[in-house]
Amino acid sequence: MTRGRARAARWVRLGLLVLFVVVFLIPVYVLLVTSFKPLSEADPGQAWNLPKVWTVEAWRVAWEKLEPGILNSFLLAIPGSLLSAALGSMNGYVLSKWRFPGADVVFTLFLFGMFIPYQGVMIPLVQLMVNLGDWFNLDLYGGIPGLTLAHVVYGIPICTLIFRNYYVTIPDELIEASRVDGAGMLRTFWSIVLPVSGPAFAVVIIWQFTSMWNDFLFAVFLTGPTSWPATVMLNNIAGAQTVPYSQQMAAAILASIPTMVVYVLLGRFFMRGLMAGALKG
Amino acid sequence: MTTRVRRWLPGLLLVSPSIVLIAVFVYGLLGWNFKVAMTDKHNEIAEIPGNFVGLENFVSIWSEERWGLSVRHSIIFTAVFVGGALVLGWFLAFLMEKGIRGEGGFRAIYLFPMAISFIATGVVWRWLMNSATGERAVGLNRLFGYLGMDFLQWQWFRDPDWGMAAMAVPAVWQMSGYIMALFLAGFRGVPEELREAARVDGCNEWQVYRRVILPMLRPVTLSALIILGHISLKVFDLVVAVSGKQIITDVPATFMWTAVFDAHDPAKGATIAAYIVLSVVIFIVPYLIWNARKGNR
Repeated sequence: MTRGRARAARWVRLGLLVLFVVVFLIPVYVLLVTSFKPLSEADPGQAWNLPKVWTVEAWRVAWEKLEPGILNSFLLAIPGSLLSAALGSMNGYVLSKWRFPGADVVFTLFLFGMFIPYQGVMIPLVQLMVNLGDWFNLDLYGGIPGLTLAHVVYGIPICTLIFRNYYVTIPDELIEASRVDGAGMLRTFWSIVLPVSGPAFAVVIIWQFTSMWNDFLFAVFLTGPTSWPATVMLNNIAGAQTVPYSQQMAAAILASIPTMVVYVLLGRFFMRGLMAGALKG
Repeated sequence: MTTRVRRWLPGLLLVSPSIVLIAVFVYGLLGWNFKVAMTDKHNEIAEIPGNFVGLENFVSIWSEERWGLSVRHSIIFTAVFVGGALVLGWFLAFLMEKGIRGEGGFRAIYLFPMAISFIATGVVWRWLMNSATGERAVGLNRLFGYLGMDFLQWQWFRDPDWGMAAMAVPAVWQMSGYIMALFLAGFRGVPEELREAARVDGCNEWQVYRRVILPMLRPVTLSALIILGHISLKVFDLVVAVSGKQIITDVPATFMWTAVFDAHDPAKGATIAAYIVLSVVIFIVPYLIWNARKGNR
């Protein structure tokens, strides 16, 4: 009796989970199906149908429009995530293994930076970028370098957090032994800590790559038309009333492919970044 | 003494670039923003620094109809989004917590929206939530028509009163997988012996759940609330992607955006930004303190 009920409960749970999978995948179905439709099948009556004629025309046009943005996004997200990881690993190492007086206060003040709404710094940030550009004769405001700088700086808290929590698990004895052998801070970092940092680097690089790729707020405030990343270009394409749905949907998929590839191949590390974002551990 | 200093000084030096950057870019700019918010610099082009006017902007903005609307929208959005993502995320975790075949696959599907930008998902949700009904209906309204549920057709985010509730739907879709992952980790953190002990003591499954598991999920629930709440109060990308700059879906973040770029009014933009920061700070600071205390114990 109870065995039968337990089995029934399991089937009910499985059924509900499958139902939710269907609901979760509705937007994906719409994106794919619409992007392969020719313009002639764009009327509301066929909205949910599969295309009668499959065509990649919309994809071709979308790619043409979006290509510069995708390139800009790569120019932003690849160097940016690497820089973030470098800074984060140094900070995390010091704050866990080579601590100075007040390290905990510094760490807490860093953490707060993770939660501030970036709107709160945006107006002066634009001004600061203009000023820094003038002082150092750099092209910071309006370009990719300035946007990268902003992402790296505001990424410091989360990157530091992830590395710190990872390095805490390295036994102190290892660091101490290295010290006794006469190795300094950097030497210990280089030969003891870095070689075991692989997973933390993967988590941070994936996390930062994804958030830089997906960011819209910093990009609209800090970049001009020639350096717009994919999100801003996509929003401009989709915001124009004249662009057919098929092209909008194809552009949305194109702009999401890099992060989806990362998610599918390295989802495990992506999950760990998410959990770190929850301030756990 | 000097040897001790020599021991920690290199560490401080290595972190100091980051300390300077955080001090300037986070704390310095936050302060600067409040300073701008307390001036009468309502014209970006004129080369005047603006005079100090105290909290005048913070008060006067409440007499603007648009501000009142955006606050109302933000509250509706927050209620539906936080409640929806919390309940759905918890429910999905609840369905999976005892282990189910293909769990990895289910998790991957529920979580994948997290990897995509709100801008990209906004494109498809705008289509799904198209406000046309009847013959002209597309998107979900059309789907409801097929399923014989015409009564469900509505204006979605164009509904003048409750449109923001519709705006929360894509956000729930995007974030509930994350909440599910948090709760699943929470469920799995409850030791099997505890459940077993409660059963031995004569609790039925429901009582085990109420008395043993639910209390242990409290920290996870709090984390989830904090994460969802602070996402909700600053929501921007999603609203821009779904409806652009329409006042009907205005939230403080989009209002600020138009104040800066369309009205060229830095003081007003900074005032709105300051309110967004304050609304988040009110519950983040206690949380951070609570978290730090817990860590010290």
